[in-house]
Formats: sequence, C-alpha cells, structure tokens
Amino acid sequence: MKFGFSEEQDELRRQIHRFLEEKSPESEVRRLMATDEGFDRSVWSTMAEQLGLQAMTIPERYGGAGFGYVESLIVFEETGAALLCGPYFATVALATNALLSSSDEVARARWLPAIAAGESIATLAISEDSGRWDLSELATVATKSGQDWTITGHKNFVLDGTIADLILVVAVTDDGPGLFAVEGAATGLTRTRLATLDQTRKQARLAFEAVPATLIGAIEETEDVIKRTLQLACVALVAEQVGGAQRVLDASVEYAKNRVQFGRPIGSFQAIKHKCADMLLEVESAKSAAYYAAWTAQEDDAELALIASLAKAYCSDAFSHCASENIQIHGGIGFTWEHPAHLYFKRAKSSELLLGDPFYHREIVATQLGI
Amino acid sequence: MSDLSIEESEAFRVRCQMFLTKNANAGDPANLQDNRAFLAAASRAGLAGIAYPQEFGGAGLSVAHDRIWREEKAAFNYADRLFIISHGMCLPIINEFGTESQKQTYEADMISGRSLWCQMFSEPGAGSDVASLQMTATRDGDEWVLNGQKVWTTYAHLAQYGIVIARTDPSVPKHAGISMFIVDLASPGVEIRPIIQIDQGREFNEVFFNDVRVAAEDIVGSVNEGWRLATNMLMYERVAIGSGQTDQITQPRYEELAAAARNRGVIADPVFRDRIADMYILETCKALVALRTRDEVKAGKTPGPGGSLGKLLGSVVEWKFRAIAYEVIGVSATAWDELDEARRDVAMNIVTTFRVGIAGGTDEIQRNIIGERVLGLPREPATDRDTPYRDLLVGTLR
Repeated sequence: MKFGFSEEQDELRRQIHRFLEEKSPESEVRRLMATDEGFDRSVWSTMAEQLGLQAMTIPERYGGAGFGYVESLIVFEETGAALLCGPYFATVALATNALLSSSDEVARARWLPAIAAGESIATLAISEDSGRWDLSELATVATKSGQDWTITGHKNFVLDGTIADLILVVAVTDDGPGLFAVEGAATGLTRTRLATLDQTRKQARLAFEAVPATLIGAIEETEDVIKRTLQLACVALVAEQVGGAQRVLDASVEYAKNRVQFGRPIGSFQAIKHKCADMLLEVESAKSAAYYAAWTAQEDDAELALIASLAKAYCSDAFSHCASENIQIHGGIGFTWEHPAHLYFKRAKSSELLLGDPFYHREIVATQLGI
Repeated sequence: MSDLSIEESEAFRVRCQMFLTKNANAGDPANLQDNRAFLAAASRAGLAGIAYPQEFGGAGLSVAHDRIWREEKAAFNYADRLFIISHGMCLPIINEFGTESQKQTYEADMISGRSLWCQMFSEPGAGSDVASLQMTATRDGDEWVLNGQKVWTTYAHLAQYGIVIARTDPSVPKHAGISMFIVDLASPGVEIRPIIQIDQGREFNEVFFNDVRVAAEDIVGSVNEGWRLATNMLMYERVAIGSGQTDQITQPRYEELAAAARNRGVIADPVFRDRIADMYILETCKALVALRTRDEVKAGKTPGPGGSLGKLLGSVVEWKFRAIAYEVIGVSATAWDELDEARRDVAMNIVTTFRVGIAGGTDEIQRNIIGERVLGLPREPATDRDTPYRDLLVGTLR
C-alpha cells in the first residue's frame, strides 16, 4: 500500500483545481443551484473536451482515458471541495461504474463512448421510497414480453434524474433483480424534480409506466454488479467528502485568525483552537481512509467491500462534523444564506445519507470482519 | 533519508530480526536484570547503541540502520523497555551536548545498560508549564547545590543517574534561567518515593533534593542554557516514539472488544456491533495517518500534518475505547475473584487508558500545539513570558 501521489497525479490535481477555480467559483455554485437543471452545459462540454473528466476511468477502447481510481479520487476531491454543480457524480461514480462492473460488453460499447465524450448524462436509479441502496425491498418490476422488457413502478431520490439521457434502473424480474437501461426521453417515464436540502445536487422522482428497457448483463450477476458499483461509488463520494471537509477546515482556521473579539483573534481562545485541532484530526484521518480506499479499488483488492464501507462511515461523520463546527466557529454569520458555510453543511448531510448512512456501513464493516 | 541500498537495508533488517527472535522474548520486560541481559546480548551482537560511536560501545552505524532496528523491535515484547528514557532521551543529549569528559565518563555505561538513567523535569507545581519549575541550583565553590522536588520521574527507583533541570537565575524570565545537570542518584540528600498509579502500577516517583551537591563539571551545556537542551530532549523522545512503528495496520482495542463481546454472547447486539465496528474504523484511520506520513517522508516530500497528530489520535482511540469497554466487557471488569489476575488486568487495562492523554503532553496541550504550530492560529496572550521569574506567581506558591 503506497500513499504518495506521483508528479503526474499532482499535476492533474493542480489542473482540475485551476479549472474549478475559474469555472465553479462560489458565484457559479449559487447561480446553478437556483436553476432546475443545476448545471452549465458549456462547462460540462468543456470538462469532456478539454480535460476528459467524464472519460477518466473509462477504458480507451470505449473512447475513455483509461485512468485508475486514484486519479478519479483526485478529481472527486477537487469537485467536492468546489461543490461542483452538475451530473458528474451521477454519470461517472454511479452509471459508469455500473456499466464497467457488468460483464455486458455490448452494453459497454453501446453507452460508454457517448458518456466519455460528454454527450450523454447518465445516472443510476435504485432506491425507492425508503431511500435504501440495497436491493432487498424493491417494488419496481421489469416484465418480459418476447425479447423486450418494460419497467413499471417508481424510483425516488435519483441523482440528476430529470436531465439524464441514460438511466440505469434496477427492477425486479421473475428471476430476481436485474439492471436495465432506460432512455431519459422514453415513453411512459414521468420525471419529477424534487426540492433538495443540498441544492447543489439535484434529485428526482421517476414514475415508470411500461417503459421500454434493455437488460444489461445476466440477471443473476446483478446483485454482485450493484454491490461493486456502490463500493466504487463510495470511493468517489468519500473523495468528495474529504475535499469538502478540508475546505471547511480552511475556512474555520481563516476566520479564527481574522475575527477579533475581546481584543484578540478568536483563534487564540482554546475553545476555538481546540475545535480546529479536532477538525484537523478528522480531516487527516478521513483523507487517509479515502486514499486507502482508492488504492484498494485501484489494486482490485478483495478488501474493497470492507474498506469502502469503512471509509464511507468515517468520512461521512467527519465531513458532517467539520461542516457543523465550521458554522459554529463562524457564529452568527455562519447562520446566513449569504455565507457559504451552509452550502457545505447541506452537501455534507446529504452525502452522509447517500449510498447508505454510517450505521448501515458500520454494519457492513462488522459483517465483513466476521463478527 | 536513507544512505543504504535496498540490499543493505534488507540484510540489516534480517540481522535484526534474527537477533530479536532469539533474544527479545527471553525475559520479563519489567525486570531490570533481564533488560540488562538483553542489552548485553545486543552488545555482543554489535547491535547496542546502533547509531552511537564505537568508541563508547555503540555499533557506529547510521540513522537509517537505527530506524530499521526500531521498526523491527516494535514487533517484539520490547525487552529493554526499562531503558526507554535512558536510551531515548538521556543518551542522545549526552552524546550531542556532553563534554568529552562527560562522554568518556558516562556514555559507554549508558549504551551497554550498566547504568540506567531517568529524566527529572516535572515538579508538583510545574507540569504542562515545566518552565515554571522551582528547584534551585546554587553555586557553592566548585559545586552546585540542588534543592527542590521532582515528580512523575519514571524508573527513578531503578536508575543510577538522572538528567535534572533546575533554576540557576530567578532574575530573568522563566525560560532563560534554567540549567541542566547530571545527578548521581546515590548522592546524599536524594530521596526517592514511589507513586502508586490508578492501575496499581509503580513506574514513577517523587524525587526530593535536599542540599544535593553536583560537581561543576556535571552541568550539561552552559549555565542558563538548560531550557534549550530540555526542549531537544523532548524532541528526541518524539522522534524515538514516532520511528518505532511497524508497517502493520492493527486494531488491538477492536480485537479486545470483539473478543469480549463474543465471550459474553452480545456480539449480535446491533448497538454493540456499531460501536465495535466504529472502534475498528478509528484504529484503522490512526494507523493509516501514520503510514501516510511515513510514505510522504520516504518519498522525500514535505510531510503533511499527520506526524503531529499521532499522540492525540492515540488518546482519541483510548477515549473511545474507554467509553464502551465496560459495557462490552461487562460487570466482570468491575468486580472479580481476588485471585483472578487475568480479570484484574482487564479492569486495570481500561483504567490505564487515561495515561496517553495526560503523560508526555496532555491532550489540551497537544491541541494547542496543533492549533498553533500546524494550523498557525495565534497563541494566547501570556502573562509570564517576559516577566522575571522571581516576580511570577508559580506552581505551589500562594
């Protein structure tokens, strides 16, 4: 296990950082989060054409860049720090990982090239009203008629559900859950935008009325495909969380150095100083866990199930706690819409629950440890 | 930093492993004779005082060798545990700042283990604020006369010598009037009393100095240079502890809790499972922070803040363990058969968890250090930094 980043990886980070500073400053985050679609199409295109971000982990034979999960972590760490508005997580962390985890070569060749080129926005629809990300209680069904499938039911909390060109849906068949591809503009599909706590990440409720769908892979491999997809999605999400946590730590420290009360900077008081020290502990621990998870994914290590959940549980708690303390350290101004602290807090809390909450993941850790 | 080739490193590592496998678990790490036997065997094998001069019985090897030796030793039962301060703090200060005469007199015996040393900094009125110490050293002819009391002196009851810091000039600010001395603990006027810990251990002591005479040549460094030397000594300790870590990612507190929960049949309880998994996660993160720092150093990069976090992370682990240990382990950790030493050890093991957050720099001091030196937050205004010592309200004065 090696923790250092290479020169090329450091350069990638600098590139992404500069790009996001320019294209996703706070003013853009606020502008886009107030729109229905929640992203800027020209920025999305630039991300694909100039930086190949959508193509990062897609193999070259599908038009991708063929990078690994460590490079992907670097990108997500930066997008998380910048609160990038747009379907990047849904397309890359969810849909792309699902296609790559499946054994269906035809599906990959059919859909990955457009994703890599930034021409297709994609997402994954699993949870229904319970918000759970496992496959145990699904009610949405897929029915076969001849060679064709149709899906009936509904999905909830679907990231970027209203703008996706490609929606990967898990629906129940007579032989168990299967993974299906549905087109965003398909007949019978009703897409309803939800109001979200974290306005930087759009969610939708999808209603399916005999919507035409294409089966991806064999039905019996679906559970394993989804398990692996969610593990890889966790690796991306913890990277975002680490990026966000570092940002709020920086903001807290900056404020503590500059805000003067009682004749001195508030950071000179131990209560504030110690909060910051504790936040640093959490950020460094979260970073270490996230990087470890990315290396584990990169090495395709059998430990990924354990490490992905370990990192998800820890990084979720760390980001949420740091984002909360950031508001507290800012005092009254942290309670205003105008200050960015709440944007990070809301991203932290939503991310905490996305892909399963810390309790859910600690139970996975316990099970993986065999206790 | 390594001036060793991969082959040389591996060869030395194997040499250490072979020696340790044969000798490290041979005795009781709490027994001084056994500690000395281990050190004597190390001397014979050319593995005593790895980076110290051969002139004094050291191996005359490099810092890189020393790091390998410490890494390998960490996996064993730590057979020379009683010399942790002697070798980790006192030996380096003598080696680096001692006069030729002092090195000739003391260094060989320090390395071989013939003499065991202790460190005497803290006082009842000077713990976190060691610089406010009240012990005096007054010049009398060609001797210094020391009066006062030291506390928390680890292994003083076993030691032959100690490094002590005392006040030589009360007319200047506290940091500026301290000197460092070598003290022969058999000197008249030295009285050592054990302190009993809450886990019933007796590793440290109070040491009373009643007109104890120290020869002028037993001052370390110059008069009033003691604080700078003391700071160096504390850094040696940190380096020693920091470098003695293995490549392993281990979760010992988690193992204890999981085993206890299994034994009691509560391992299926969802609340316990959540807490026990949380323990595993925290210990894993602590180990990963250390590994990440090591990799950064090895790659020649400026290490991130991870190196300053180890002690506090260790304490955070103990706090979390203590929060749940009694509930998981159960009532047998609160009352047990008098003769059941294993049960007693379990109970005391939990009580011991307070140590890491208090000794060697409290959690609060660690957070101050992290906030100030790592994050750059401003220090609190100090009322005593520039005031002559004799004008301060310190320690046990009222």
